[in-house]
Amino acid sequence: MAKGVKPRVKVPKKAEAGEVITIKTLISHKMESGQRKDKEGKIIPRSIINRFTADFNGQNVIDVTLEPAISTNPYFQFEAKVPESGTFDFTWYDDDGSVYKESKKITIG
Amino acid sequence: MNLTRRKLLAVGSGTLAFASLAGLPAFASLADDAMAEFTGGAAVTDGGIDLTAPEIAENGNTVPIAVSAEGATEIMVFATGNPTPKVATFKFGPLSGSRSASTRMRLAKTQDVVAIAKMEDGSFRRASSTVKVTIGGCGG
Repeated sequence: MAKGVKPRVKVPKKAEAGEVITIKTLISHKMESGQRKDKEGKIIPRSIINRFTADFNGQNVIDVTLEPAISTNPYFQFEAKVPESGTFDFTWYDDDGSVYKESKKITIG
Repeated sequence: MNLTRRKLLAVGSGTLAFASLAGLPAFASLADDAMAEFTGGAAVTDGGIDLTAPEIAENGNTVPIAVSAEGATEIMVFATGNPTPKVATFKFGPLSGSRSASTRMRLAKTQDVVAIAKMEDGSFRRASSTVKVTIGGCGG
């Protein structure tokens, strides 16, 4: 796949030390389930993002395993604790071996 | 001529009945197998976990769901009526702000959605919700 894949992440720019913030992520991906058939009745092979992780300064926030039942353009919303200023790193792993990354900085104060 | 057609019909409906009988338990056991794989056969108690899903989903292609369980290390979501019942596994890390997450999933047909949480003490909690699906979301 690897074409037209665009990650989008919403993280607040500022937070109080130790505050819990909400993060929303979306990545454009067709998430072909491997269940659908084309016009000739052949099964379209599975092609999905199978893992998503969010880390802050190297510490894990959430690690999600995705199955074909996740919708097109996988969306996740979750909460993270921010102990200090730093960077959130978001990583998506594709079935075809591609890895998509996005980072967001956040400052305390 | 008539006889043959009747016979054909009888055979046909017989096969249909057999297929639907065989089909249902097959799906249920797929989901049960997937859940047993996650829990390792441990006992699962109801409660202590919240699963938010719509009562009616007009479009099975994108059904919003949210899970939340205080003190969970992992939450796994299953769609019992999908051809592949596993939906997603959320593992919470040290900087997770709350043991909750939401996403959007596909549902092939009207069915029960089940969430199982693995708690810090190693026990398992379960919640389920029936979602009515107007248009299925698995193609085919």
